Amino acid sequence: MRYLLRRTRHAVFLLFGASLLTFLFSALTPGSYFDEMRLNPQIAPETIAALRAQYQLDRPLPVRYLHWLNAVAHGKLGFSFAYNSPVAPLLWVRAQNTLLLTVTATLLAWALALPLGVWSAARFGGPPDRVLSWTTAALLVVPDLVLALGLLILAVRTGWFPTGGMVSVGFEELSPLQKFRDLALHMALPVFALVLAALPMLVRHVRASVAEVLNAAFLRAARSHGIPHAKLIFGYALRAAANPLISLFGFSLGTLLSGSLLVEVVMSWPGLGPLLLEAILARDLYVVIGGVLLSMIFLVAGNLFADVLLYWADPRIRSTASTE
Amino acid sequence: MKLRGKFTKWFVFLVLLHCVVAGAGFFAPYNPAEQDRQRPYLPPMRIHCMDAQGDLHLRPFFYPLRLREGSFEQFEEDTGTAVPLYFFTRGADYHLFGIVPSRLHLFGAAGARIYVLGSDAYGRDQLSRILFGGQVSLLAGLLGAGVTMLLGAVIGLAAGYYGGWRDDLLMRVAELFLALPWLYLLFALRAFLPLSVGPLEAFLLVVVAIGLVGWARPARLVRGVVLTVKERDFVRAARGFGASDIYLLRRHILPETASVLLTQAAILVPQFVLAEMTLSFLGLGVPEPMSSWGNLLATLQQYSVLVSYWWMYLPALAIVPFFLGYLGLASALQERFDTYKISEKSGWSRT
Repeated sequence: MRYLLRRTRHAVFLLFGASLLTFLFSALTPGSYFDEMRLNPQIAPETIAALRAQYQLDRPLPVRYLHWLNAVAHGKLGFSFAYNSPVAPLLWVRAQNTLLLTVTATLLAWALALPLGVWSAARFGGPPDRVLSWTTAALLVVPDLVLALGLLILAVRTGWFPTGGMVSVGFEELSPLQKFRDLALHMALPVFALVLAALPMLVRHVRASVAEVLNAAFLRAARSHGIPHAKLIFGYALRAAANPLISLFGFSLGTLLSGSLLVEVVMSWPGLGPLLLEAILARDLYVVIGGVLLSMIFLVAGNLFADVLLYWADPRIRSTASTE
Repeated sequence: MKLRGKFTKWFVFLVLLHCVVAGAGFFAPYNPAEQDRQRPYLPPMRIHCMDAQGDLHLRPFFYPLRLREGSFEQFEEDTGTAVPLYFFTRGADYHLFGIVPSRLHLFGAAGARIYVLGSDAYGRDQLSRILFGGQVSLLAGLLGAGVTMLLGAVIGLAAGYYGGWRDDLLMRVAELFLALPWLYLLFALRAFLPLSVGPLEAFLLVVVAIGLVGWARPARLVRGVVLTVKERDFVRAARGFGASDIYLLRRHILPETASVLLTQAAILVPQFVLAEMTLSFLGLGVPEPMSSWGNLLATLQQYSVLVSYWWMYLPALAIVPFFLGYLGLASALQERFDTYKISEKSGWSRT
């Protein structure tokens, strides 16, 4: 239990740090956003005055940070000038779409990487291993931007997948099954791009850590006891190799979140990516701050989940944690 | 010996690639800004050695493109007029490596413009723009990596050498930077930097933004090296003779971190070139009329371009050989410095 407590403390620290960082970024901006707002005839002077009061712009930095933190803790992420509405609900709608994409891609990428990596490790140096190594190496040198654009061009020219957006026109009238199919078709391309971008790294790590475990003495002993090959690999080796892989899970989540940002813009998926980009171009700064914070929350939640998973999967963690 | 060969191979490959981009003026047939409004979105032209009558020519040539009868976008070769290609010919003025004025080009044609990789919306030569754009993208990546390595080295040295609360604080911040998704971080940083600035300022902003994002990993690795090195006998001996901190760091500790720094640099440079591409692609980086690999791709955001003009995608492929080269170099360096190893023998195969 102490292990989980420590990890939770770590997560809280990360969130706290991220909030401080985003706040500092915003405080470092030359001038105040409200200077630019004054030039905008659509924003009433009262709104600006209210915002200035809300964010205590005339107070010293630490005080402002505490107030800002307080506002954030109450779900007040600020006000979007471009959309003329509070940031939190705006972000939340988009964040759901981003999560849909990222979670699907993460699950799919791992579901593919685990068997492929294990298979490759079990035949270390053999022809299938070599073919897979070459494939992952080839995928590794194609960056995600290049991959996403290439897939998009392919889709546009062949017409195999719908491009752009999340649903077709007239989505509301479809039956639930058709709705699911429509959504899945729209998701296919961005998810495919994300999975392909994440896959080579994951497969290589799975292969490396499983190969290392397969060489261990306890597995040779188990094998000489006549335990079937499949059980040996999936029951023993994979579990023993889980530790670095679960740590990798948190890392892969971060990469996928970044990748998703880009893929969303390229394929015009209505997630956080296009929103953040618009916000930067329109200097809609509270949306940017909110988006970064939100991504951090996802990441920390994912890491915490990985820690729980690790605690469950690896008895070594439990024993070292309890003797500490 | 074998490792050395591998390293040399990748290194030479990369040097050649960089030379092509650095000498863009020579390899590109035209000035990248030169427009030809009469010829927007021409598809890539074919270079022939055999003409329409089936006769073989020693000098390669091409046929200018013209619109197909009754079409607005289909082009066909005008087989009536063959335009010969000349090599090492005189063309537009440029400065080789930014210094030496020259007019010599690898190839060129008289009478009609040759578009080996097609033309863009203003009839500018795509090949020339890719080559010159590479200068911007690669320079941004290299400078960004330089900033990052400097930051990483200084922070890593300070944290590892002085230890205590400084170490704790710096490493906590590093952890934070490692945990944040890099593109979000880059977005956040870019959002608070001025938006509409001149091309040169925009370029420097991009370099700074990229350089500030990635320092955490090198800093942690450098710190790890420093922690072991500072307890080594030669360092303790030097300290016993009264060497100052700065002297120790510079003379004895920094050289020991060279392997880590080099490997990290080889990993980071392509990442940072990609970061520049991403920023410019999204319109947050280097603006027109300067070309970079990222803003060349930005036209693909228009649906019509995406559907009809596939050759506008070619700038994206330019980065692939660089990725290959740097990845190869990084893994050769890693093997050489033994920081990472899975030996071929450690695997276990079913018998």
